[in-house]
Amino acid sequence: MKDPVDRRTFMKIAGTSIGVGALFHVAPLLGASSGGRRIAALLGKKNGEAPTPFSFVQLSDTHVGFSGPPNPLGTQAFERAVDIINGLRERPDLVLFTGDLTHDSENPGEHADRMRLFQKIASRLKVPLIKSVPGEHDAGLDGGKLFRDAFGETHYSFDHRGVHFIALDNVSLSRPNVGPEQIAWLKKDLARFPTTAPIVVFTHRPLFDLRPDWEWFTGDGDEVMNALAPYENVTVLYGHIHREHTHTEGHATHIAARSLIFAFPDPEAGVPKKPIPFDAQKPFQNLGLRVIEEPGAGAGSSPRIEEVELTLREYAGTVGIQQLLKEGASL
Amino acid sequence: MRYTRFLALLLLPALVMTARVSDGGEEPRAIAITAKRFEFVPSTITLKKGETVKLVVTSEDVTHGLFLRPLKIDTDLVPGETQQITVTPQSAGTFTAICHHFCGAGHGNMKLTVVVE
Repeated sequence: MKDPVDRRTFMKIAGTSIGVGALFHVAPLLGASSGGRRIAALLGKKNGEAPTPFSFVQLSDTHVGFSGPPNPLGTQAFERAVDIINGLRERPDLVLFTGDLTHDSENPGEHADRMRLFQKIASRLKVPLIKSVPGEHDAGLDGGKLFRDAFGETHYSFDHRGVHFIALDNVSLSRPNVGPEQIAWLKKDLARFPTTAPIVVFTHRPLFDLRPDWEWFTGDGDEVMNALAPYENVTVLYGHIHREHTHTEGHATHIAARSLIFAFPDPEAGVPKKPIPFDAQKPFQNLGLRVIEEPGAGAGSSPRIEEVELTLREYAGTVGIQQLLKEGASL
Repeated sequence: MRYTRFLALLLLPALVMTARVSDGGEEPRAIAITAKRFEFVPSTITLKKGETVKLVVTSEDVTHGLFLRPLKIDTDLVPGETQQITVTPQSAGTFTAICHHFCGAGHGNMKLTVVVE
């Protein structure tokens, strides 16, 4: 009997498009058909836990405590993002913050107050799980001490509905590095997974050379990506650059989130790295979540934000889904 | 005899080094650069393509960094220490070196423009 889960079915279920946005749908069609459920079961057999459809949101660079001409409104964009997420029809399972939660302060007491204000605003999110990594404005001056006091470890991993999430800290060392100790930890963490496991890495700085002279790089990012290279479903979410950006290299897709304080210009535009000036008429332009449909006046209506399918990859070669299909024939 | 050979081997590197300096004629031009929050002084230096120069860099306050990938500069600047960086730029252009040790709110503006003529 022919296995009903053929390559075409997989493609239809997994999709191949990945864009830039805020609400990430993980394998949204996996639960929608018998073929999808079979794919999920196959991956579960292989990876230890079957991915089941869910969504999550990435927010970044809230810079709580910042005040200045690029954004005189302080935390308003952050608070608006919280309201938007709470109003979504589909409530995300998880919100990931990719660093620069706070703006740095020379006064540790003031910086701690900023972290408490961040937590107060973030705690309004009606989601089961909130995870974060530090940015250099959170952890650069004290090696992450205040951040650890307020939020816990700066690197860690966890599993959620068949997806392995890895938080990497590339800001707490004096240089913009992950460091050999954390890379050794990463290799050990990855070792228990087969190469087909869906992996989401979240960190602050880009793990590739996006624009080194704007400090948009991680010194040992290559070593991190080499450790991840055997894995075929890798998405890296990061912040730091205060604008959208998508970059694919090898099996990994790197996606940057907008900031919630001010935006930086396009690095290809030949302009200096200066915040895009504040526009009082459009105060949230280029910030945070991209709302594509404001809520209507009717009761029960909710906003719609740009949605991204975070999918399982179409595999090439002798490994991956083709191999899984072969192995799963007796499912 | 054995002692003389040993002495000669010991002195050889020093002789070679001396010869190198003598062959080149002159010590490379030295450019002093000071790092402090949140600037490099001077903020611009001008080099010549193919010319070897020695950058003599110090920090006046906290630990900074100096990073410029096209010239393979990647160094820490610890207060009280002097870094001597020898470079020979191979292509003309204007490059931006940055501090890559987070040093406070103005860190992002801490840049050194390197003009290679």
